[in-house]
Amino acid sequence: MSILIDENTTFIVQGITGREAVNLTRECIDYGSGAKVVGGVTPGRKGREVHGVPVFDTVEQAVENHGGPINGSVVTVPPAFTKDAVFEAIEHGIELIVIVTERIPRGDVAQMVELASARGARIIGPNCLGIIVPDVIKMGGIGGPAKDAAKAYSWGPVGVISRSGGMTTEMSSTLTAAGLGQSTAVSIGGDAIIGSSYAELMPLFEADEQTEAIVIYTEPGGRMEAELARYVTEESTRKLPIVAFMAGRFMDEMPGMSFGHAGTIVEGKEDTAAEKIERLASAGIVVAEEIAEIPDLVKERLGVAA
Amino acid sequence: MRFFEYEAREIVKRAGIPVTDFGFATTDQQAREIAHRIGGPTVIKSQVLTGGRMKAGGVKFADNADEAAEYAKDILKLEIGGHMPRGVLVDPKVEVRQEYYAGVVWDGLRKQPVMIFSPVGGIDIEQVAEEQPDKVGRRHFSTIQPFSDYMAKEAIASTGVGGRQLTRITTVLARLARLFVDHDMTLAEINPLGELEDGSFVALDAHMDMENEARSRQKALLAELGVGDEETREAREPTEFELAGEEVDSMDHRGVAGNVTEFDGDLGLVIGAGGGSLTLFDAVRAHGGRPANYCEIGGNPSVRKAAGLAKLVLQKPGVDKIAVMMSIVSNTRVDIVARGVIKACLELGYDPAEKIAIFRIPGAWEEEGFKILEKYGVEYCDRSVSMHEAARRAVEKIQGAAVA
Repeated sequence: MSILIDENTTFIVQGITGREAVNLTRECIDYGSGAKVVGGVTPGRKGREVHGVPVFDTVEQAVENHGGPINGSVVTVPPAFTKDAVFEAIEHGIELIVIVTERIPRGDVAQMVELASARGARIIGPNCLGIIVPDVIKMGGIGGPAKDAAKAYSWGPVGVISRSGGMTTEMSSTLTAAGLGQSTAVSIGGDAIIGSSYAELMPLFEADEQTEAIVIYTEPGGRMEAELARYVTEESTRKLPIVAFMAGRFMDEMPGMSFGHAGTIVEGKEDTAAEKIERLASAGIVVAEEIAEIPDLVKERLGVAA
Repeated sequence: MRFFEYEAREIVKRAGIPVTDFGFATTDQQAREIAHRIGGPTVIKSQVLTGGRMKAGGVKFADNADEAAEYAKDILKLEIGGHMPRGVLVDPKVEVRQEYYAGVVWDGLRKQPVMIFSPVGGIDIEQVAEEQPDKVGRRHFSTIQPFSDYMAKEAIASTGVGGRQLTRITTVLARLARLFVDHDMTLAEINPLGELEDGSFVALDAHMDMENEARSRQKALLAELGVGDEETREAREPTEFELAGEEVDSMDHRGVAGNVTEFDGDLGLVIGAGGGSLTLFDAVRAHGGRPANYCEIGGNPSVRKAAGLAKLVLQKPGVDKIAVMMSIVSNTRVDIVARGVIKACLELGYDPAEKIAIFRIPGAWEEEGFKILEKYGVEYCDRSVSMHEAARRAVEKIQGAAVA
């Protein structure tokens, strides 16, 4: 199986007529068994089509046209309009929202996340590339065009969670080359506040029989790794082996500077790469020194010959 | 984006929180005039965006206007932690009965803002939290429900503060929480919040940090404070090299050549994207390499932009070779970056095979890209060579060159 999405998932693309969104729509339709993109929304563009997907002015129209609930939405509208688009999706019963847009102020993200949680919806992102279930479906730009995504991702036992979209593909490709496929790979976004953290996705992977190990990509900034370490130690229902890779170790020497993603600005002692590695290690999470080591570390923990 | 203390106090004042009758001066004469207007002992404080002012001698107590001017003159010349002051703040010296702490920050895990209050103020709140945890009150609050004062009251009451202090501080903390949300702050702190002899409360120092992403919708406030768009307020001022990097990035709107940051090594880096750059920079250093710069390319930059960045890095004094590396790309086109970096070498009269230590960008349009690189004899590799291995090869080449 998989987490979050499967071959039956229906979704819309909000902001579908934008250049990136047009490409993303094509990629999702072409990949695996073909995503069910049941509509697109761009205010004022009703009546158009994007790769055969009908465009509407509102989410309400898209839902009405579909004739039933729609599972998800990929949101690619500019930062100033994202909150409104996400509120609109949530209020029309959409339960899984992938926010691709970057540079959204935290105040807006907090509002979207709070409304989603009140309505039982889940947000992935912002500033993420989405979700992929290898050979089955992808929701978002993750992995790029269908033929490129097929080269990097393969079906298998490893769940991947990453704060960097590009590194989700790099890590999955490395796993694939070593014969380790992925159950689901999730690009969770690089911002300081995101809809779903490592610890929040862990119960889903634990409930998924196909998933036997987890690989995560982390960066300095925030306290999500501490949250994961605590979850693994105190709450985990099924002890899945976890292998982590931490980038941006050099940032420890440069407090106050921001590199990589918005979430990486190092503001306090708690946030350093070194302390995160220590925290993860103390929860039994092995931290790889380089990406190339990850497959063997996973195999060791799965009891498979390297 | 950080604010100077005099700006932070102004923001607090606009939110209806009482402040002292302070003034901001950029000359000793102005400082004298403000001190004269205040008419008593004053505190002269350096206005720099860094901590440790007191220790560095950037805060002085003056008995009269002449002394205030004299201290201001010294402090205006005093560099603190690599920063020259923007000016000095001249503050009336007040008699304080007790110092409190009031702050609001984001809690990334709860995904809500949290008010923090303590009756132990004037020192680092982390220290109080560690040594006297029962003296620190916290209260998260919703950003979709209207803010209500009782939330602030709960944070204060949980520390044992009651009576008239409770009701008076509630107003201050509630206004601070509202300004935090209204102005997209990532930190809003009053420390200390002083209780004066007459029982009134006044902000004696303030720290404010605004989210960069929200600057465009906070234009009105920034304009009123006189903060220009060009002020980045980073931990250090951008260098000439970094400013040139920004210029390259703004050449056109196709893709990003961003976050160009100067380091003092000999290996120039043309790397991307966000996570890939962090990984590659670490990898170069792990193999003993000395990067000349950091950067993040991505979003499919134009040939012109990729060439512009490569040229900038190649021309940086001390740079011998560049390494062009990214994690697997799906949006950025390998062939376009390849064209860009080769163009840069040729236009500067260099042999690409000599100057490009390694090219490791696998992914979209890689066959086309590799063909071009082959034509110019540039060493390249596909995804079967890890990011760390590519970094190692680049470092080996530049160190070999240094020996020869």
